[in-house]
Amino acid sequence: MRRVRAALAPYLLVLPGGLWLTVFFAVPLLAMLSLSTQEGNLVEGFRQTFRLQNYVDAVTLHWEPLVRSLLYGLATTAAAIVIGFPLAYWIAFKGGRRKSSYLFLILLPFFVSFVIRTISWKFLLTDEGVLLGPLKDAGVLPQGFHVLATDFAVIAGLTYNFLPFMVLPIYVALERIDPRVIEAAYDLYASRTQAFLRVVFPLALPGVFAGVLMTGVPAASDFVNASVLGGVDNTMIGNVIYNQFRASEYPMGASLSFILMALMLLGIFSYARALGTEDVLEVAAR
Amino acid sequence: MDATSPDPALLRGLTRPRRRDVFRLTGLAAAGLALSACGVEGKKAPPAGKSEVERFWAGKVKNGRLDFANWAYYMEAEGKSYPLLDRFAKESGITVTYKEVIEDNPSFFGKVEPQLRSGQSIGYDIIVITNGVEFGKLKALGYLTPLDHSKLPNFLKNAGPQYQRRSYDEGNVYSVPYTSGVTGIAYNTKYVDWEITKIADLWDPRLKGKVGMMSDPQELGNFGMFLGGVDPERSTPADWKKAGERLQEQRDKGVVRKYYEQDYITAVAKGEVWACMAWSGDAFQEVLKGNKDLRFVVPAEGATIWTDNMLIPKGAANPVDAITFMDWLYQPQNAAELLEYIQYIAPWDGLKDVVKAHAAEAKGEEKAHLEKMVQSPLVFPTAEDLARFRGYRNLTPAEEKEFRSVFVPVVEG
Repeated sequence: MRRVRAALAPYLLVLPGGLWLTVFFAVPLLAMLSLSTQEGNLVEGFRQTFRLQNYVDAVTLHWEPLVRSLLYGLATTAAAIVIGFPLAYWIAFKGGRRKSSYLFLILLPFFVSFVIRTISWKFLLTDEGVLLGPLKDAGVLPQGFHVLATDFAVIAGLTYNFLPFMVLPIYVALERIDPRVIEAAYDLYASRTQAFLRVVFPLALPGVFAGVLMTGVPAASDFVNASVLGGVDNTMIGNVIYNQFRASEYPMGASLSFILMALMLLGIFSYARALGTEDVLEVAAR
Repeated sequence: MDATSPDPALLRGLTRPRRRDVFRLTGLAAAGLALSACGVEGKKAPPAGKSEVERFWAGKVKNGRLDFANWAYYMEAEGKSYPLLDRFAKESGITVTYKEVIEDNPSFFGKVEPQLRSGQSIGYDIIVITNGVEFGKLKALGYLTPLDHSKLPNFLKNAGPQYQRRSYDEGNVYSVPYTSGVTGIAYNTKYVDWEITKIADLWDPRLKGKVGMMSDPQELGNFGMFLGGVDPERSTPADWKKAGERLQEQRDKGVVRKYYEQDYITAVAKGEVWACMAWSGDAFQEVLKGNKDLRFVVPAEGATIWTDNMLIPKGAANPVDAITFMDWLYQPQNAAELLEYIQYIAPWDGLKDVVKAHAAEAKGEEKAHLEKMVQSPLVFPTAEDLARFRGYRNLTPAEEKEFRSVFVPVVEG
C-alpha cells in the first residue's frame, strides 16, 4: 500500500497543475490551432478545411505591424537591460539592510492597474498637457512637437511597464553570487572592471536571460501601450489580433497568434543558442 | 516476489516504449479529433413570424426588476442614482439595475456571444446596440427576442417616422430606438482659426498630424465615400475601394494623428487633435460641460445618421419589465427628460413643445441651455434635414469581409 502511494505521489503532485494547464492552456491552444485553418464567418459557421492559405494571408496583410512588434519588443528588452541591470546591481550589492524595501518599491507600481498606469502617462505626455504645454509656451519646444503617437512613446511605455520583470531575475542572479568568488578575482589581481566583466556579469547572465523572456515576449505581444500612447504608425500585432477577434474573424486572429508565437519561440531559442545556454527551460525556471 | 515473475526492471523496459507510444498515439488522436471538431457552428436563424411572438410572450409576467446594459453618458446621474430610472421605479414598480458596460459594439458583442450561443442568459434584459454589423449578426444568429407590439402603444403612437421605418429592422420586429445621432466633425477653435465645413477640410495640410478619424470601418469608410460624392447606403465594392484610396492618401500625407475607438472627445478638447470625426451628442455634452472652444459641424458632403437600439436578448429573465420600460420611454415627459440630457436627435418632433414648456419653467443657465436646444437643427431637425442624412449600408457576412479588407488596412497600416 505504501509502495503504491509512493509510486503515485509524483502523479498526484502534478495533477492539479497538469489539469489546470491541460484545461486552460492546452485545450484552448488546440482549439486555436484548429481555428487557424478554418474558413467561414460567424453567422454561417466556420468549417475546417485545413486552409493553410490563412497563414499566407495573415503575413501578406499584416507583416508591417508584425515586424514593428518584434522591433518594439527588442528595443524594450534592450532598454530594460540598460536601465534594469545597474538598478539590480545596486540593490544586490549596495542595498544593505534596506534591500527588501527597495525591491518592494520596484514592485509598488503593480498595485495600480496596468491600464491606469498607461493612461496616466498619456495624461502626462499629451501635446498641451502639464509637461509639454509650459515648455511650448516658453518657446523651448516647437509648437508641433509631440511625444505621444511616436515610436518613442510606445517603447518607453512598454519599458516602464515591464521593467520590474527585468530587474527581479537579474537581482536574484546577482544576489546568489558568492562574494568569495569576487574576492578571489581581486586576489588574483583583477581590476574592478575585470572582476565585473569576467566574474559578475557572466554569473548574472541566466538572470538576464530570464528577464529577456519575461519582458521581450509580453512586450512584443502587448496592445495596451500602442493603443493608448501610440498613433497612426504604431499599431502592434497585438492590436491587430485583438481587432480580428473582435470582428469575429477567428481564423485570421488565430493564425496571426500562431505566427507570433512561432517567431518568438524562434527568437528565444536562437538567443539561447548564441548565449551557449544549454537548456532554455532550466534557465527560465531559475 | 517468486522466481516465476519476471525481473521488474525487464518488465519496465518492455512496457516503457509501448506506454510512451500509447500516450503519443492518444495525444495525436486527440489533437486530430480536436482539430477537425473545433469548428464553430453557424446558427443562422429564420426570421421571426407572428406565431413566434405569441408563443414567446404567452404567460410571461412582470417580475418587478430589470437589468439594463447601456453606454456611458447615456443617462443622467445624480451621485449613484439615476433620477429617470427612479421615477420609472416609482411609477411602474420595476427596480432597474443600470450598468454602463457597453464601450463599443464589437467588444460587447464578443463578450456576450458565447453565452448567447450556448443558450444562456447574459444577465441583461435590455442591451443597446447601434444599427450596423453587430446588430445584423445578433439578428441573423437568432439572439433577439421578437417584440410584442401590443405592449408598445406609446412607441407606436409617438415615435417619428424615422423611427417607425428602419431598414435594418423592418417592422420594428426586434428593436426600439434609444436615440439617434449624426456622425460629423468636431473641432477646437482654440487651435483652428478658420472654419471647417466639409470632409475635404480634414485633408488640409494645415492640420498635419492633428486630425482624428474613427477606427470603426463603417464610420471611416462612410467619410471616404461622402468625399467622393457617393451615398454610403447605396455604395458598391468599387466605391469602397476608391474611398479606401482617398483615406489612405489622407493617412500617407501625415494628416491623421490617430484612429479613435471612441475616446476622441477629450483628445479634441485637450488639443491633442484639432479636428476629429465625432458623434453629435458627444460634442454637445462636452460643450455643456463648459468647453466653449468646441464646434460640431455636419459636413457639407453629407452625413450618416445612426440609431442606438434597445434590444431584448434571448434568455432575458425579465422580458415584460424590459418591454414596459421601452414603451415608458416614449411617453412625452420621459422622452423629453432623456433628450435634455443626452442631446441627440429627438425621437419625434412634437417633443419640442415639451422641451419649450420646460424652458419656460426653468431659470438661468438651465433655461438658456433648453432654449438653445429647441433651436438646434441637430436635436430637432426638419424633415428636409432628416432626408439629407444617409443611413448605413447593411452588409451581409461576405460583404462585410470585403468591406473590412478595404478599410481596416487603412487603420492598421
